[in-house]
Amino acid sequence: MNMTVAKSDISASIPSAPTPPASSSAAAKIVPLPLRQTAMNTRIRAGLVGAASAVIPPLVMIVLLLTAWQLLCMRPGATLPPPSKIWTEAYDLIVDPFFVAGPQDIGLGWRVLTSLQRVAIGYGFAALFGIALGTLIGQSVWAMRGLDPIFQVLRTISPLAWLPISLAAFRDSQPSAIFVIFITSVWPIIINTAVGIRNIPQDYRNVAAVLQLNHLEFFWKIMIPSAAPYIFTGLRIGIGLSWLAIVAAEMLTGGVGIGFFIWDAWNSSRLPDIFIALAYIGIVGFLLDRMVAGLASIVTRGTAAN
Amino acid sequence: MTSYCKIDHVDKVFTRGSTETCVLKDITLDIEKGEYVSIIGHSGCGKSTLLNIVAGLTQATIGGVILEGKHVDEPGPDRAVVFQNHSLLPWLTVYDNVRLAVDKVFGSKKSRSERDEWTLHNLNLVQMTHAKDKRPSEISGGMKQRVGLARALAMEPKVLLLDEPFGALDALTRAHLQDTVMGLHQKLGNTVMMITHDVDEAVLLSDRIIMMTNGPAAQIGEILTVPIARPRKRLELVTDATFLKCRQRVLEFLYERHRFVEAA
Ligand SMILES: Nc1ncnc2c1ncn2[C@@H]1O[C@H](COP(=O)(O)OP(=O)(O)O)[C@@H](O)[C@H]1O
Ligand SMILES: [Mg+2]
Repeated sequence: MNMTVAKSDISASIPSAPTPPASSSAAAKIVPLPLRQTAMNTRIRAGLVGAASAVIPPLVMIVLLLTAWQLLCMRPGATLPPPSKIWTEAYDLIVDPFFVAGPQDIGLGWRVLTSLQRVAIGYGFAALFGIALGTLIGQSVWAMRGLDPIFQVLRTISPLAWLPISLAAFRDSQPSAIFVIFITSVWPIIINTAVGIRNIPQDYRNVAAVLQLNHLEFFWKIMIPSAAPYIFTGLRIGIGLSWLAIVAAEMLTGGVGIGFFIWDAWNSSRLPDIFIALAYIGIVGFLLDRMVAGLASIVTRGTAAN
Repeated sequence: MTSYCKIDHVDKVFTRGSTETCVLKDITLDIEKGEYVSIIGHSGCGKSTLLNIVAGLTQATIGGVILEGKHVDEPGPDRAVVFQNHSLLPWLTVYDNVRLAVDKVFGSKKSRSERDEWTLHNLNLVQMTHAKDKRPSEISGGMKQRVGLARALAMEPKVLLLDEPFGALDALTRAHLQDTVMGLHQKLGNTVMMITHDVDEAVLLSDRIIMMTNGPAAQIGEILTVPIARPRKRLELVTDATFLKCRQRVLEFLYERHRFVEAA
């Protein structure tokens, strides 16, 4: 930034050089002052411009969308509530995520936390199990050939389709919901880990061979770091699927999660509450994705490059 | 009488499906301790295959490699390799790349602080101490090769194997690195087997140049001893009669072989 400013200032002063000495010395006097000021200012200005360009466009779009929504749903006979109605009717849900007014009358923050807890357990198991199994499968050409098509089929099964089987097996809603999370998110983790292990460059294997690394050392020092970018791709897809699955599963299993809240609101015709819950789900899902992505970029620092 | 390192009647046949390609045919070579041997030949003739057999990364179909009287057919740190594409682990710093090798080879023989010292010592030998905390992606190609060299030297190998270590570098960096390798060979007295396709490089660095015929079934076509005293100075050699004569011999060999390929 500073460089380009300095350059353009200098090049701007060059055309004045061949002209009579008076004007060229004037240019020489003027140049140093603005240079110093712009150098100071550009850095601050660049930061502000960067922040503004990240924040303002989405804000403008949100305002536009809300306005359009308001206009469409304000008419008599509209089936959905406009934003203004949502604001007035779901006011307590919006302003305080963590109120407790009764066993089923709590803030959405609490409900999201309950759902997150289930996701943490189910996804945690899926991550451990998926990475372990993916590592094993990735090392064997035959396991890969035999299991990959099966996994490709299984991964397309909707989370809700697993629920009856899960309920039949566990006979309890809590472990069933967790199992649905697990079974939904485990496939991309297994598949991506296996591919990552398969794709360890021959160079790294040669280095390990020359150093005579044993199996355990090879696993920790070569395999895991080398496959890390792939593993994190799987983990990131997995967390997204988990969050999709929990909402669906909770609708059917009940409890205090955010999914059941939507189902409950629907049954008692509290349409505005549902919109607020959707906003919560979207934002939390976004944050979960960012979290895994952030973790990935910290852990795989330098691995992806080269 | 046995030599320090002997490549003994090695054949290599690659089998892919039902097709068999004989890459190397009856290669026998004796390397003395402290000797610098270069292997030169056209691309695809089987130089890397031969080096990998010595390294133990590839198995010979017939014959084998004897190092200090022992048959070796598995990879090990006594035959450290510097690969053409550096093959540093990108998630480790320069220091940790070398330290991994040091820990593995000297884990039981040296204390923690001795291993730290030895790592830094080897980085210092290749003038890379300044970048010890950088990752491979943050340093230049020549620097990566230096680190690869430090990692190999740190293993104190009986034979140092270099597979076109300067192949991917620009001319100036290459010359600089050649001088470093020459200096280290002078100082440490390593036994080195280097693959190259650069005639000047082969003559400058080697005690002997092994010229390979074109594949398939490549053989050793000719062996040239380079009778130039060490230490050698790059600039003085440019006009040195012996240097020019050696260069001429190798060029002639490669040129004739090349024509042979075109005729075939
Ligand atoms: N794993 C392999 N399977 C089949 N053929 C191979 C294999 N590795 C090398 N070759 C063949 O052996 C020949 C020699 O290869 P290489 O030793 O890499 O040559 P150079 O290093 O001299 O360029 C080439 O024709 C190559 O195609
Ligand atoms: Mg090669």
